[in-house]
Amino acid sequence: MNRTSVLVIDDEPQILKLLSITLESNGYKVLLSDTGNDGMLMIGMHAPDIIILDLGLPDINGHDVLLKIREDFSRPIIILSVRDSEEDIVNALDNGATDYLTKPFRTGELLARIRSALRSLDHSEGRSYFQFDNIEIDLDARTVHKNDKNIKLTSTEYKLLVLFAKNQGKALTHQYILNEVWGFKYKTETQYLRVFVGTLRKKIEDNPNKPQHIITESGVGYRFQ
Amino acid sequence: MRLNFLRTYKYPVSKQYLISSILIIITSVISYFSVELIGYQVVALMFLMMVSLLAMLFDILPVLLSAFVSALIWNFFFIQPTLTFHIGTPKDVLMFLMYFVIALINVVLTYKIRQYERRMRSQEEKEKSIRLYNTLLSSLSHELRTPISTIIGAIDTVQDTDSKITEVNKKDLFKEIEIAGLRLNKQVENLLSMSRLEAGIIKLKLDWSDVNEIIFSVIKECETDLNDHTVMFEPDESLPLFKLDSVLVEQIIYNILFNAIQHTPKETEIRVSVNAADQGCEFIIEDDGDGFPKEEKSNVFNKFYRLKSSRTGGTGLGLSIARGFTEVMDGEIELRDRMPKGAKFVIQLPCEKSMVKSLSNE
Repeated sequence: MNRTSVLVIDDEPQILKLLSITLESNGYKVLLSDTGNDGMLMIGMHAPDIIILDLGLPDINGHDVLLKIREDFSRPIIILSVRDSEEDIVNALDNGATDYLTKPFRTGELLARIRSALRSLDHSEGRSYFQFDNIEIDLDARTVHKNDKNIKLTSTEYKLLVLFAKNQGKALTHQYILNEVWGFKYKTETQYLRVFVGTLRKKIEDNPNKPQHIITESGVGYRFQ
Repeated sequence: MRLNFLRTYKYPVSKQYLISSILIIITSVISYFSVELIGYQVVALMFLMMVSLLAMLFDILPVLLSAFVSALIWNFFFIQPTLTFHIGTPKDVLMFLMYFVIALINVVLTYKIRQYERRMRSQEEKEKSIRLYNTLLSSLSHELRTPISTIIGAIDTVQDTDSKITEVNKKDLFKEIEIAGLRLNKQVENLLSMSRLEAGIIKLKLDWSDVNEIIFSVIKECETDLNDHTVMFEPDESLPLFKLDSVLVEQIIYNILFNAIQHTPKETEIRVSVNAADQGCEFIIEDDGDGFPKEEKSNVFNKFYRLKSSRTGGTGLGLSIARGFTEVMDGEIELRDRMPKGAKFVIQLPCEKSMVKSLSNE
């Protein structure tokens, strides 16, 4: 069987070592690179399934590497960086990163994010039916069921939920969501988003105060799982 | 390190009054003897020039006062009838008033411009210190979080019962945890040294020390950091004992050596030597790496300064601590050029010498 391949681009030998052992032990095929240029070469040569990218690389600025990789790589990219400012995170997500994890990280969390990012690949545009635990979304019938009971959503709530479902496992920035659901003019109106996420949570979460599906990424956006 | 921000030099106010009065008096005296030649109207222009000049240098109050006094002087000594404050013709009244208004406008405008300029400068300073703070934070967080990530991550992986981790891999991870722990410790030591230096609470523990022994122990400590570098040291057995704080000296040499290992290409040769100097002893650490760029040389001992070309990692503390410790011992540290290439650090420490050691060797 072909193992899923992960390319790790990080200039710290210790992190490379840790990730290679951790990922190998969990059944992934691991490719390592310690510079941005070398990493981009490896992408061309090995076509990895997913990339873990550090932003503080010695040769090129991490955000530039991300943009360059995104030019012709459409599979998930998870950023793993010590930079924890909202600005860096939002920037990376807007530049095409699938997810963002700050160092120090728990390897369990990283593995979960990798699985989640890989899963989101299956959720391509063409699908019309999604299921997350006890929630079912049928795009053709425009219905949402929770525990087999029909849930009534307003059209904005429905749009929001569908956007989340289609981007399962991916961290979405406030601006991105506002742009997709409300349109370009509302890009900075985060209060709309807060209100609708709140009402949506009340309808689909078991406990809206401890959401299991719509996870808050503080200062950045939301992630659906 | 002290931040040398641009500062406008300010004279004390009493001096400002004094200088203003002297200049006005000089102008008056010169005018008094040449008024026959130039006429009293030109005298007014001379006073005006003097007031404008003062406005460029001093605060608003002394300048206003000089404007006022010079107007009175001009009136009293130069406008007909002289030696009275009475002004004879309407033309002269007009001129006197115009002098007054122009001088005031001059003073107030110059003051406003300078105020604006000062505001801009303090804004610039603020931005500069914010930038410094940001670089400091990002390099520190990188240096501390990377080993912490390694430790937490490695422990997670070792403890994970689902993964099929091999015994060899487990051992590797334990080794990484050890390295990360040591690295973390080194950074914490550096930060503590820096804060001790800044607080000025370092007490010297002077004792007779064998400098050869100090250098050997530093070299041994560096062995784990070596990256195909060679460290050369030929002990000079004839050296006397020096009365030094051996812990601080060790730290200084270690920091410079570690810096050389981190920032020179593989297989670089690093040479350490120590000599007796007139006033004490002299340590030299030189390498045949790429050396320091000329324009950045003056900054290398500054706290948190890192060469523009340096790779990620490093806090910019090592060399500044080396300088701090050297200065605590009243010594001097210098970065010199090395021919044909490379860097050369020279540390001179004033201290007492004792020949007991060479005597006992005989």
